[in-house]
Amino acid sequence: MSINKDLVAASSTALVLAILAERDSYGYAILKRVRELSGGELAWTDGMLYPVLHRLERSGLIESRWTKAESGRQRKYYRITDAGREQLADERRQWQTVDKTLGRIWS
Amino acid sequence: MDQTRTNNPATDSLEKQIEAWRAHLRKSQAITAQDAAELEDHLREQVASLRADGLSDDEAFLVAVKRLGAIDALTREFAREHSDRLWKQLVLSGDRGFEAAQSPDAAWTRKMWVALGLAVAAAVAIKIPSLFGITFDAEPAGAFYPRNISFFALPFIAAYFAWERPLPLRGRLSLAAVFAAAAVLVNAYPFAFSPKGEPGHTFILTMLHLPIALWIGVGFAYVGGRWRGSDRRMDFIRFTGELFIYYVLIALGGGVLMAMSVGIFEAIGIKMEPYIQNWIVPCGAVGASVIATWLVEAKQSVIENMAPVLTRIFAPLFALLLIAFIVTMATTGRAIDVKREVLILFDLLLVVVFGLLLYSASARDSIAPPGLMDWIQLTLVGTALVVDVLALWAIGSRIFEFGFTPNRVAALGENIVLLVNLGGSAVLYAGFIRGRVAFSRLCDWQKFYLYVLAAWAAVVAVIFPVVFGFA
Repeated sequence: MSINKDLVAASSTALVLAILAERDSYGYAILKRVRELSGGELAWTDGMLYPVLHRLERSGLIESRWTKAESGRQRKYYRITDAGREQLADERRQWQTVDKTLGRIWS
Repeated sequence: MDQTRTNNPATDSLEKQIEAWRAHLRKSQAITAQDAAELEDHLREQVASLRADGLSDDEAFLVAVKRLGAIDALTREFAREHSDRLWKQLVLSGDRGFEAAQSPDAAWTRKMWVALGLAVAAAVAIKIPSLFGITFDAEPAGAFYPRNISFFALPFIAAYFAWERPLPLRGRLSLAAVFAAAAVLVNAYPFAFSPKGEPGHTFILTMLHLPIALWIGVGFAYVGGRWRGSDRRMDFIRFTGELFIYYVLIALGGGVLMAMSVGIFEAIGIKMEPYIQNWIVPCGAVGASVIATWLVEAKQSVIENMAPVLTRIFAPLFALLLIAFIVTMATTGRAIDVKREVLILFDLLLVVVFGLLLYSASARDSIAPPGLMDWIQLTLVGTALVVDVLALWAIGSRIFEFGFTPNRVAALGENIVLLVNLGGSAVLYAGFIRGRVAFSRLCDWQKFYLYVLAAWAAVVAVIFPVVFGFA
Protein backbone atom coordinates (compact mmCIF):
# COMPACT_ATOMS: atom_id res chain seq x y z
CA MET A 1 0.00 0.00 0.00
CA SER A 2 1.35 3.41 -0.83
CA ILE A 3 -0.06 6.53 0.72
CA ASN A 4 -1.38 9.34 -1.41
CA LYS A 5 1.07 12.22 -1.92
CA ASP A 6 -1.28 14.91 -0.60
CA LEU A 7 -1.87 12.94 2.54
CA VAL A 8 1.86 12.52 3.07
CA ALA A 9 2.35 16.25 2.66
CA ALA A 10 -0.56 17.08 4.97
CA SER A 11 0.70 14.82 7.73
CA SER A 12 4.32 15.94 7.49
CA THR A 13 4.02 18.86 9.92
CA ALA A 14 2.39 16.76 12.63
CA LEU A 15 4.80 13.88 12.11
CA VAL A 16 8.00 15.95 12.19
CA LEU A 17 6.85 17.94 15.23
CA ALA A 18 5.86 14.76 17.05
CA ILE A 19 9.24 13.13 16.38
CA LEU A 20 11.12 16.24 17.48
CA ALA A 21 8.95 16.37 20.61
CA GLU A 22 10.46 13.00 21.58
CA ARG A 23 14.02 14.34 21.31
CA ASP A 24 16.19 16.70 19.26
CA SER A 25 17.18 15.15 15.98
CA TYR A 26 18.58 15.64 12.50
CA GLY A 27 17.29 14.93 8.98
CA TYR A 28 18.48 11.39 8.43
CA ALA A 29 17.41 10.23 11.88
CA ILE A 30 13.98 11.83 11.52
CA LEU A 31 13.41 9.93 8.28
CA LYS A 32 14.57 6.70 9.87
CA ARG A 33 12.08 7.24 12.69
CA VAL A 34 9.27 7.89 10.20
CA ARG A 35 10.08 4.63 8.46
CA GLU A 36 10.16 2.72 11.76
CA LEU A 37 6.90 4.20 13.00
CA SER A 38 5.02 3.55 9.76
CA GLY A 39 6.57 0.16 9.19
CA GLY A 40 7.94 1.48 5.92
CA GLU A 41 4.48 2.33 4.59
CA LEU A 42 4.85 6.08 4.77
CA ALA A 43 7.58 6.67 2.22
CA TRP A 44 8.97 10.14 1.68
CA THR A 45 11.51 10.98 -0.93
CA ASP A 46 14.34 11.73 1.49
CA GLY A 47 15.21 15.14 0.06
CA MET A 48 11.69 16.46 0.48
CA LEU A 49 12.03 16.40 4.24
CA TYR A 50 14.43 19.34 4.22
CA PRO A 51 12.18 21.98 2.68
CA VAL A 52 9.59 20.92 5.28
CA LEU A 53 12.12 21.36 8.09
CA HIS A 54 13.10 24.77 6.73
CA ARG A 55 9.49 25.86 6.49
CA LEU A 56 8.83 24.84 10.10
CA GLU A 57 11.99 26.61 11.20
CA ARG A 58 10.96 29.77 9.44
CA SER A 59 7.55 29.76 11.10
CA GLY A 60 9.33 29.42 14.43
CA LEU A 61 7.95 25.98 15.27
CA ILE A 62 11.42 24.44 15.39
CA GLU A 63 14.94 25.81 15.65
CA SER A 64 18.25 24.51 14.40
CA ARG A 65 21.91 24.52 15.33
CA TRP A 66 25.05 23.08 13.78
CA THR A 67 27.05 20.69 15.94
CA LYS A 68 29.93 18.38 15.30
CA ALA A 69 28.75 14.80 14.84
CA GLU A 70 30.85 11.84 16.00
CA SER A 71 32.00 11.44 12.37
CA GLY A 72 33.71 14.84 12.60
CA ARG A 73 31.33 16.41 10.09
CA GLN A 74 29.05 19.30 10.85
CA ARG A 75 25.47 18.19 11.39
CA LYS A 76 22.34 20.30 11.64
CA TYR A 77 20.18 19.40 14.64
CA TYR A 78 16.59 20.54 15.05
CA ARG A 79 14.72 21.22 18.29
CA ILE A 80 11.02 21.87 18.82
CA THR A 81 10.10 25.28 20.27
CA ASP A 82 7.24 26.17 22.62
CA ALA A 83 5.26 27.48 19.67
CA GLY A 84 5.97 24.14 18.00
CA ARG A 85 4.56 22.24 20.96
CA GLU A 86 1.38 24.33 20.86
CA GLN A 87 1.08 23.69 17.14
CA LEU A 88 1.63 19.98 17.73
CA ALA A 89 -1.18 19.87 20.29
CA ASP A 90 -3.47 21.60 17.80
CA GLU A 91 -2.47 19.25 14.97
CA ARG A 92 -3.09 16.31 17.25
CA ARG A 93 -6.68 17.43 17.98
CA GLN A 94 -7.35 17.87 14.28
CA TRP A 95 -5.97 14.48 13.27
CA GLN A 96 -7.83 12.76 16.10
CA THR A 97 -11.07 14.36 14.94
CA VAL A 98 -10.49 13.14 11.39
CA ASP A 99 -9.53 9.71 12.65
CA LYS A 100 -12.57 9.49 14.97
CA THR A 101 -14.97 10.58 12.22
CA LEU A 102 -13.68 8.07 9.70
CA GLY A 103 -13.56 5.41 12.41
CA ARG A 104 -17.29 5.85 13.19
CA ILE A 105 -18.29 5.23 9.58
CA TRP A 106 -16.00 2.30 9.03
CA SER A 107 -16.47 0.48 12.34
CA MET B 1 30.81 6.73 9.31
CA ASP B 2 34.54 7.15 9.53
CA GLN B 3 35.20 4.48 6.95
CA THR B 4 33.98 6.87 4.22
CA ARG B 5 37.03 9.00 4.98
CA THR B 6 39.73 6.36 4.59
CA ASN B 7 42.28 6.48 1.86
CA ASN B 8 41.68 3.37 -0.20
CA PRO B 9 40.97 3.88 -3.94
CA ALA B 10 37.38 2.68 -3.79
CA THR B 11 36.36 5.35 -1.29
CA ASP B 12 38.32 7.94 -3.24
CA SER B 13 36.00 7.33 -6.14
CA LEU B 14 33.05 7.64 -3.74
CA GLU B 15 34.42 10.99 -2.57
CA LYS B 16 34.66 12.10 -6.18
CA GLN B 17 31.08 11.07 -6.85
CA ILE B 18 29.86 12.96 -3.80
CA GLU B 19 31.93 15.95 -4.87
CA ALA B 20 30.31 15.96 -8.33
CA TRP B 21 26.85 15.53 -6.82
CA ARG B 22 27.41 18.49 -4.47
CA ALA B 23 28.73 20.67 -7.29
CA HIS B 24 25.62 19.90 -9.31
CA LEU B 25 23.41 20.70 -6.33
CA ARG B 26 25.13 24.02 -5.73
CA LYS B 27 24.28 25.26 -9.23
CA SER B 28 20.82 26.19 -8.04
CA GLN B 29 20.54 29.55 -6.37
CA ALA B 30 17.80 28.19 -4.15
CA ILE B 31 20.20 25.82 -2.38
CA THR B 32 22.75 27.53 -0.16
CA ALA B 33 26.05 26.07 0.93
CA GLN B 34 24.45 25.25 4.30
CA ASP B 35 21.61 23.33 2.67
CA ALA B 36 24.08 21.44 0.52
CA ALA B 37 26.08 20.55 3.64
CA GLU B 38 22.93 19.31 5.36
CA LEU B 39 21.94 17.20 2.36
CA GLU B 40 25.47 15.87 2.02
CA ASP B 41 25.46 14.79 5.65
CA HIS B 42 22.25 12.93 4.92
CA LEU B 43 23.72 11.32 1.80
CA ARG B 44 26.83 10.17 3.61
CA GLU B 45 24.87 8.66 6.47
CA GLN B 46 22.63 6.84 4.02
CA VAL B 47 25.64 5.53 2.09
CA ALA B 48 27.28 4.35 5.30
CA SER B 49 24.14 2.53 6.38
CA LEU B 50 23.73 0.85 2.98
CA ARG B 51 27.38 -0.22 2.98
CA ALA B 52 26.88 -1.72 6.40
CA ASP B 53 24.09 -3.79 4.80
CA GLY B 54 26.67 -5.13 2.35
CA LEU B 55 26.30 -2.89 -0.72
CA SER B 56 29.36 -1.75 -2.63
CA ASP B 57 30.34 1.92 -2.68
CA ASP B 58 28.85 2.53 -6.12
CA GLU B 59 25.61 0.74 -5.32
CA ALA B 60 25.28 2.51 -2.00
CA PHE B 61 25.87 5.89 -3.62
CA LEU B 62 23.34 5.24 -6.39
CA VAL B 63 20.63 4.09 -3.99
CA ALA B 64 21.30 6.97 -1.57
CA VAL B 65 21.11 9.57 -4.34
CA LYS B 66 17.94 7.99 -5.67
CA ARG B 67 16.33 8.11 -2.23
CA LEU B 68 17.22 11.77 -1.80
CA GLY B 69 15.33 12.46 -4.99
CA ALA B 70 16.20 13.84 -8.39
CA ILE B 71 18.18 17.04 -8.05
CA ASP B 72 15.76 18.93 -10.30
CA ALA B 73 12.79 18.01 -8.13
CA LEU B 74 14.81 18.79 -5.04
CA THR B 75 15.86 22.24 -6.20
CA ARG B 76 12.30 22.99 -7.27
CA GLU B 77 11.09 22.12 -3.78
CA PHE B 78 13.79 24.32 -2.24
CA ALA B 79 12.98 27.15 -4.63
CA ARG B 80 9.32 26.99 -3.65
CA GLU B 81 10.20 27.13 0.04
CA HIS B 82 12.93 29.79 -0.35
CA SER B 83 11.71 31.97 -3.20
CA ASP B 84 13.51 34.90 -1.59
CA ARG B 85 16.83 33.29 -2.42
CA LEU B 86 16.18 33.60 -6.13
CA TRP B 87 16.43 37.35 -5.61
CA LYS B 88 20.09 37.67 -4.94
CA GLN B 89 20.60 39.64 -1.81
CA LEU B 90 22.94 42.55 -1.92
CA VAL B 91 25.83 43.66 0.24
CA LEU B 92 25.07 42.38 3.70
CA SER B 93 24.19 38.79 2.92
CA GLY B 94 26.12 37.89 -0.19
CA ASP B 95 26.33 34.10 -0.15
CA ARG B 96 29.91 33.72 0.96
CA GLY B 97 29.92 29.97 1.27
CA PHE B 98 29.40 27.63 4.18
CA GLU B 99 32.70 28.24 5.94
CA ALA B 100 32.30 31.99 5.69
CA ALA B 101 28.72 31.82 6.92
CA GLN B 102 29.97 30.19 10.11
CA SER B 103 32.80 32.58 10.79
CA PRO B 104 32.17 36.01 9.27
CA ASP B 105 34.53 36.70 6.41
CA ALA B 106 37.14 38.96 7.96
CA ALA B 107 38.55 40.32 4.71
CA TRP B 108 35.08 41.22 3.50
CA THR B 109 34.20 43.08 6.68
CA ARG B 110 37.53 44.87 6.63
CA LYS B 111 36.86 46.17 3.10
CA MET B 112 33.52 47.51 4.23
CA TRP B 113 35.08 49.38 7.14
CA VAL B 114 37.90 50.78 5.04
CA ALA B 115 35.35 52.06 2.51
CA LEU B 116 33.26 53.60 5.27
CA GLY B 117 36.36 55.15 6.80
CA LEU B 118 37.44 56.67 3.49
CA ALA B 119 33.92 57.98 2.88
CA VAL B 120 33.96 59.70 6.26
CA ALA B 121 37.47 61.01 5.58
CA ALA B 122 36.29 62.50 2.28
CA ALA B 123 33.30 64.08 4.00
CA VAL B 124 35.54 65.57 6.68
CA ALA B 125 38.11 66.74 4.14
CA ILE B 126 35.58 68.71 2.17
CA LYS B 127 34.61 70.65 5.30
CA ILE B 128 38.16 71.45 6.42
CA PRO B 129 38.50 74.55 4.18
CA SER B 130 35.46 76.07 5.89
CA LEU B 131 37.53 76.24 9.07
CA PHE B 132 39.48 78.89 7.20
CA GLY B 133 36.37 80.79 6.22
CA ILE B 134 35.95 79.37 2.72
CA THR B 135 32.28 78.62 2.02
CA PHE B 136 30.48 76.92 -0.81
CA ASP B 137 28.30 79.84 -1.82
CA ALA B 138 29.73 83.35 -2.36
CA GLU B 139 33.29 82.59 -3.27
CA PRO B 140 35.59 85.47 -2.65
CA ALA B 141 38.85 83.59 -2.94
CA GLY B 142 38.87 82.62 -6.60
CA ALA B 143 36.26 79.88 -6.48
CA PHE B 144 38.15 77.48 -4.24
CA TYR B 145 35.67 74.63 -4.30
CA PRO B 146 35.06 74.38 -8.05
CA ARG B 147 38.82 74.42 -8.56
CA ASN B 148 39.41 71.59 -6.13
CA ILE B 149 36.30 69.46 -6.27
CA SER B 150 38.22 66.64 -8.02
CA PHE B 151 40.58 66.40 -5.07
CA PHE B 152 37.85 65.74 -2.53
CA ALA B 153 36.54 62.60 -4.21
CA LEU B 154 39.00 61.01 -6.63
CA PRO B 155 41.98 60.56 -4.25
CA PHE B 156 39.73 58.72 -1.80
CA ILE B 157 38.47 56.34 -4.48
CA ALA B 158 42.06 55.86 -5.66
CA ALA B 159 43.15 55.30 -2.04
CA TYR B 160 40.57 52.53 -1.64
CA PHE B 161 41.97 50.67 -4.65
CA ALA B 162 45.56 51.42 -3.68
CA TRP B 163 44.83 49.66 -0.39
CA GLU B 164 42.61 46.89 -1.71
CA ARG B 165 44.53 45.74 -4.84
CA PRO B 166 47.16 46.64 -3.47
CA LEU B 167 49.10 49.17 -5.49
CA PRO B 168 52.89 48.86 -5.02
CA LEU B 169 54.63 51.66 -3.16
CA ARG B 170 56.16 53.17 -6.29
CA GLY B 171 52.74 53.31 -7.91
CA ARG B 172 51.28 54.95 -4.81
CA LEU B 173 53.96 57.59 -4.78
CA SER B 174 53.65 58.44 -8.46
CA LEU B 175 49.86 58.56 -8.16
CA ALA B 176 50.12 60.91 -5.18
CA ALA B 177 52.61 63.01 -7.14
CA VAL B 178 50.21 63.32 -10.09
CA PHE B 179 47.32 64.39 -7.88
CA ALA B 180 49.52 66.82 -5.99
CA ALA B 181 50.94 68.33 -9.19
CA ALA B 182 47.44 68.80 -10.62
CA ALA B 183 46.27 70.41 -7.37
CA VAL B 184 49.21 72.83 -7.28
CA LEU B 185 48.74 73.71 -10.94
CA VAL B 186 45.03 74.55 -10.89
CA ASN B 187 45.39 76.54 -7.70
CA ALA B 188 48.39 78.47 -9.00
CA TYR B 189 46.79 79.31 -12.34
CA PRO B 190 45.79 83.00 -12.38
CA PHE B 191 42.34 82.44 -13.91
CA ALA B 192 40.57 85.63 -14.97
CA PHE B 193 37.29 86.51 -13.29
CA SER B 194 34.86 89.15 -14.44
CA PRO B 195 34.42 92.14 -12.10
CA LYS B 196 31.22 90.50 -10.86
CA GLY B 197 33.21 87.44 -9.90
CA GLU B 198 32.03 85.26 -12.77
CA PRO B 199 34.65 82.81 -14.00
CA GLY B 200 36.09 82.92 -17.51
CA HIS B 201 35.86 80.22 -20.19
CA THR B 202 39.19 78.57 -19.48
CA PHE B 203 38.31 78.24 -15.81
CA ILE B 204 35.10 76.37 -16.61
CA LEU B 205 36.87 74.20 -19.19
CA THR B 206 39.53 73.24 -16.66
CA MET B 207 36.88 72.39 -14.04
CA LEU B 208 35.08 70.13 -16.53
CA HIS B 209 38.13 68.38 -17.92
CA LEU B 210 40.37 67.93 -14.90
CA PRO B 211 38.23 65.17 -13.31
CA ILE B 212 38.23 63.28 -16.63
CA ALA B 213 42.00 63.51 -16.91
CA LEU B 214 42.48 62.47 -13.28
CA TRP B 215 40.06 59.58 -13.66
CA ILE B 216 42.83 57.72 -15.45
CA GLY B 217 44.74 58.04 -12.16
CA VAL B 218 41.90 56.22 -10.42
CA GLY B 219 42.14 53.64 -13.20
CA PHE B 220 45.84 53.25 -12.45
CA ALA B 221 44.98 52.38 -8.84
CA TYR B 222 42.08 50.18 -10.01
CA VAL B 223 44.38 47.95 -12.06
CA GLY B 224 46.91 47.90 -9.24
CA GLY B 225 49.46 49.72 -11.39
CA ARG B 226 49.49 47.03 -14.09
CA TRP B 227 47.72 48.29 -17.19
CA ARG B 228 48.93 45.42 -19.30
CA GLY B 229 47.02 42.70 -17.48
CA SER B 230 44.67 40.56 -19.55
CA ASP B 231 41.50 42.56 -19.46
CA ARG B 232 42.04 45.07 -16.73
CA ARG B 233 41.35 48.18 -18.73
CA MET B 234 38.06 46.73 -19.94
CA ASP B 235 37.24 45.96 -16.30
CA PHE B 236 37.95 49.56 -15.46
CA ILE B 237 35.58 50.68 -18.23
CA ARG B 238 32.91 48.36 -16.81
CA PHE B 239 33.60 49.67 -13.33
CA THR B 240 33.19 53.27 -14.49
CA GLY B 241 29.78 52.59 -16.00
CA GLU B 242 28.51 50.71 -12.96
CA LEU B 243 29.88 53.37 -10.62
CA PHE B 244 28.01 56.04 -12.56
CA ILE B 245 24.74 54.11 -12.27
CA TYR B 246 25.22 53.43 -8.56
CA TYR B 247 26.11 57.04 -7.92
CA VAL B 248 23.00 58.27 -9.70
CA LEU B 249 20.86 55.85 -7.67
CA ILE B 250 22.40 56.97 -4.39
CA ALA B 251 21.99 60.61 -5.43
CA LEU B 252 18.30 60.00 -6.16
CA GLY B 253 17.83 58.47 -2.73
CA GLY B 254 19.76 61.35 -1.19
CA GLY B 255 17.50 63.82 -2.98
CA VAL B 256 14.41 62.21 -1.49
CA LEU B 257 16.04 62.19 1.96
CA MET B 258 16.85 65.90 1.73
CA ALA B 259 13.43 66.89 0.36
CA MET B 260 11.87 65.02 3.29
CA SER B 261 14.11 66.69 5.85
CA VAL B 262 13.38 70.15 4.44
CA GLY B 263 9.66 69.35 4.48
CA ILE B 264 9.31 67.96 7.97
CA PHE B 265 11.52 70.58 9.61
CA GLU B 266 9.60 73.26 7.75
CA ALA B 267 6.50 71.91 9.48
CA ILE B 268 7.96 72.91 12.85
CA GLY B 269 9.20 76.23 11.50
CA ILE B 270 12.89 75.42 11.14
CA LYS B 271 14.71 76.17 7.90
CA MET B 272 16.97 73.29 6.93
CA GLU B 273 18.26 74.66 3.63
CA PRO B 274 21.48 76.23 4.96
CA TYR B 275 22.54 73.01 6.71
CA ILE B 276 21.69 70.94 3.70
CA GLN B 277 23.61 73.23 1.38
CA ASN B 278 26.66 73.49 3.58
CA TRP B 279 26.82 70.06 5.13
CA ILE B 280 24.67 67.31 3.76
CA VAL B 281 25.07 67.96 0.03
CA PRO B 282 28.87 68.36 -0.08
CA CYS B 283 29.68 65.69 2.50
CA GLY B 284 27.12 63.31 1.05
CA ALA B 285 28.32 63.85 -2.50
CA VAL B 286 31.96 62.99 -1.82
CA GLY B 287 31.18 60.26 0.70
CA ALA B 288 28.75 58.61 -1.69
CA SER B 289 31.43 58.37 -4.37
CA VAL B 290 33.52 56.10 -2.13
CA ILE B 291 30.51 54.10 -0.98
CA ALA B 292 29.38 53.63 -4.59
CA THR B 293 32.89 52.42 -5.45
CA TRP B 294 32.77 49.83 -2.74
CA LEU B 295 29.25 48.75 -3.71
CA VAL B 296 30.28 48.17 -7.31
CA GLU B 297 33.14 45.99 -6.10
CA ALA B 298 31.10 44.16 -3.48
CA LYS B 299 28.25 43.22 -5.76
CA GLN B 300 30.35 42.50 -8.83
CA SER B 301 29.34 38.87 -9.00
CA VAL B 302 25.98 39.20 -7.32
CA ILE B 303 23.85 40.97 -9.87
CA GLU B 304 24.04 41.29 -13.58
CA ASN B 305 25.70 44.55 -14.54
CA MET B 306 23.28 47.33 -15.33
CA ALA B 307 25.24 49.36 -17.87
CA PRO B 308 25.10 46.69 -20.62
CA VAL B 309 21.40 46.12 -19.99
CA LEU B 310 20.68 49.83 -20.43
CA THR B 311 22.78 49.95 -23.60
CA ARG B 312 20.80 47.07 -25.06
CA ILE B 313 17.60 49.00 -24.52
CA PHE B 314 18.83 52.34 -25.77
CA ALA B 315 21.16 51.44 -28.65
CA PRO B 316 18.27 50.51 -31.00
CA LEU B 317 16.25 53.54 -29.87
CA PHE B 318 19.09 55.95 -30.56
CA ALA B 319 19.75 54.29 -33.91
CA LEU B 320 16.07 54.82 -34.79
CA LEU B 321 16.23 58.46 -33.69
CA LEU B 322 19.27 59.12 -35.87
CA ILE B 323 17.74 57.38 -38.88
CA ALA B 324 14.56 59.42 -38.46
CA PHE B 325 16.66 62.58 -38.22
CA ILE B 326 18.60 61.82 -41.40
CA VAL B 327 15.46 60.88 -43.32
CA THR B 328 13.69 64.05 -42.17
CA MET B 329 16.64 66.22 -43.18
CA ALA B 330 16.82 64.55 -46.58
CA THR B 331 13.10 64.74 -47.36
CA THR B 332 12.37 68.23 -46.02
CA GLY B 333 15.67 69.72 -47.16
CA ARG B 334 16.05 71.55 -43.86
CA ALA B 335 19.57 72.48 -42.79
CA ILE B 336 21.01 72.54 -39.26
CA ASP B 337 20.43 75.97 -37.75
CA VAL B 338 23.83 76.94 -36.40
CA LYS B 339 23.38 78.44 -32.97
CA ARG B 340 25.82 78.69 -30.14
CA GLU B 341 24.96 75.39 -28.49
CA VAL B 342 24.78 73.28 -31.64
CA LEU B 343 28.37 72.12 -31.50
CA ILE B 344 28.05 71.11 -27.86
CA LEU B 345 24.77 69.31 -28.58
CA PHE B 346 26.43 67.20 -31.26
CA ASP B 347 29.37 66.58 -28.94
CA LEU B 348 26.94 65.19 -26.40
CA LEU B 349 25.34 63.04 -29.07
CA LEU B 350 28.72 61.53 -29.88
CA VAL B 351 29.42 60.98 -26.18
CA VAL B 352 26.12 59.09 -25.84
CA VAL B 353 26.81 56.94 -28.90
CA PHE B 354 30.37 56.35 -27.68
CA GLY B 355 29.02 55.22 -24.31
CA LEU B 356 26.44 52.92 -25.89
CA LEU B 357 29.12 51.37 -28.07
CA LEU B 358 31.62 51.07 -25.25
CA TYR B 359 29.30 49.34 -22.82
CA SER B 360 27.78 46.97 -25.28
CA ALA B 361 31.30 46.00 -26.33
CA SER B 362 32.37 45.57 -22.70
CA ALA B 363 29.54 43.10 -22.04
CA ARG B 364 29.73 41.17 -25.29
CA ASP B 365 31.14 37.68 -25.41
CA SER B 366 34.02 38.34 -27.77
CA ILE B 367 33.92 34.82 -29.21
CA ALA B 368 30.23 34.83 -30.17
CA PRO B 369 29.53 35.22 -33.90
CA PRO B 370 28.03 38.49 -35.20
CA GLY B 371 24.33 38.86 -34.44
CA LEU B 372 21.44 41.28 -34.71
CA MET B 373 22.76 43.45 -31.88
CA ASP B 374 26.01 43.98 -33.80
CA TRP B 375 24.09 45.20 -36.83
CA ILE B 376 22.21 47.61 -34.61
CA GLN B 377 25.49 48.88 -33.17
CA LEU B 378 26.95 49.36 -36.62
CA THR B 379 23.83 51.23 -37.74
CA LEU B 380 24.01 53.40 -34.65
CA VAL B 381 27.66 54.29 -35.20
CA GLY B 382 27.18 54.82 -38.93
CA THR B 383 24.19 57.13 -38.55
CA ALA B 384 25.90 59.04 -35.74
CA LEU B 385 28.86 59.62 -38.02
CA VAL B 386 26.63 60.85 -40.86
CA VAL B 387 24.71 63.20 -38.56
CA ASP B 388 27.89 64.54 -37.02
CA VAL B 389 29.51 65.16 -40.40
CA LEU B 390 26.39 67.09 -41.45
CA ALA B 391 26.62 69.17 -38.30
CA LEU B 392 30.33 69.79 -38.68
CA TRP B 393 29.74 70.81 -42.29
CA ALA B 394 27.18 73.36 -41.19
CA ILE B 395 29.34 74.68 -38.38
CA GLY B 396 32.69 74.49 -40.16
CA SER B 397 32.02 77.27 -42.61
CA ARG B 398 31.06 79.63 -39.85
CA ILE B 399 33.53 78.70 -37.16
CA PHE B 400 36.23 80.84 -38.73
CA GLU B 401 33.93 83.85 -38.68
CA PHE B 402 33.23 83.33 -34.98
CA GLY B 403 36.94 83.23 -34.19
CA PHE B 404 38.74 80.69 -32.03
CA THR B 405 37.48 81.06 -28.47
CA PRO B 406 38.67 78.42 -26.00
CA ASN B 407 35.15 77.01 -25.75
CA ARG B 408 34.85 76.56 -29.47
CA VAL B 409 38.27 74.96 -29.87
CA ALA B 410 37.55 72.58 -26.99
CA ALA B 411 34.16 71.61 -28.41
CA LEU B 412 35.56 71.16 -31.90
CA GLY B 413 38.52 69.15 -30.59
CA GLU B 414 36.20 66.90 -28.59
CA ASN B 415 34.08 66.36 -31.64
CA ILE B 416 37.09 65.32 -33.69
CA VAL B 417 38.46 63.02 -30.97
CA LEU B 418 35.13 61.21 -30.71
CA LEU B 419 34.62 61.22 -34.47
CA VAL B 420 37.93 59.43 -34.96
CA ASN B 421 36.97 56.90 -32.31
CA LEU B 422 33.57 56.20 -33.87
CA GLY B 423 35.07 56.12 -37.36
CA GLY B 424 37.61 53.53 -36.24
CA SER B 425 34.88 51.57 -34.45
CA ALA B 426 32.68 51.62 -37.55
CA VAL B 427 35.48 50.23 -39.72
CA LEU B 428 36.33 47.52 -37.18
CA TYR B 429 32.65 46.66 -36.63
CA ALA B 430 32.03 46.32 -40.34
CA GLY B 431 35.10 44.09 -40.59
CA PHE B 432 33.86 41.99 -37.67
CA ILE B 433 30.40 41.52 -39.18
CA ARG B 434 31.96 40.41 -42.45
CA GLY B 435 34.07 37.99 -40.46
CA ARG B 436 37.41 39.57 -41.27
CA VAL B 437 38.27 41.07 -37.88
CA ALA B 438 38.19 39.50 -34.42
CA PHE B 439 35.89 41.26 -31.96
CA SER B 440 38.78 41.65 -29.54
CA ARG B 441 40.33 44.15 -31.97
CA LEU B 442 37.36 46.42 -31.38
CA CYS B 443 37.85 46.09 -27.62
CA ASP B 444 41.55 46.85 -28.01
CA TRP B 445 40.67 49.99 -29.95
CA GLN B 446 38.35 51.19 -27.18
CA LYS B 447 40.88 50.33 -24.49
CA PHE B 448 43.54 52.30 -26.34
CA TYR B 449 41.16 55.21 -26.58
CA LEU B 450 41.05 55.54 -22.80
CA TYR B 451 44.49 57.11 -23.06
CA VAL B 452 43.48 59.40 -25.91
CA LEU B 453 40.45 60.70 -24.00
CA ALA B 454 42.46 61.26 -20.82
CA ALA B 455 45.25 62.96 -22.77
CA TRP B 456 42.81 65.27 -24.53
CA ALA B 457 41.11 66.13 -21.23
CA ALA B 458 44.52 66.88 -19.70
CA VAL B 459 45.39 69.15 -22.62
CA VAL B 460 42.15 71.11 -22.24
CA ALA B 461 42.49 71.32 -18.46
CA VAL B 462 46.16 72.21 -18.24
CA ILE B 463 47.38 73.65 -21.58
CA PHE B 464 44.31 75.62 -22.73
CA PRO B 465 44.40 78.15 -19.87
CA VAL B 466 48.03 78.95 -20.71
CA VAL B 467 47.40 79.20 -24.46
CA PHE B 468 44.34 81.39 -24.06
CA GLY B 469 45.82 83.59 -21.36
CA PHE B 470 43.49 82.31 -18.57
CA ALA B 471 40.62 84.21 -20.19
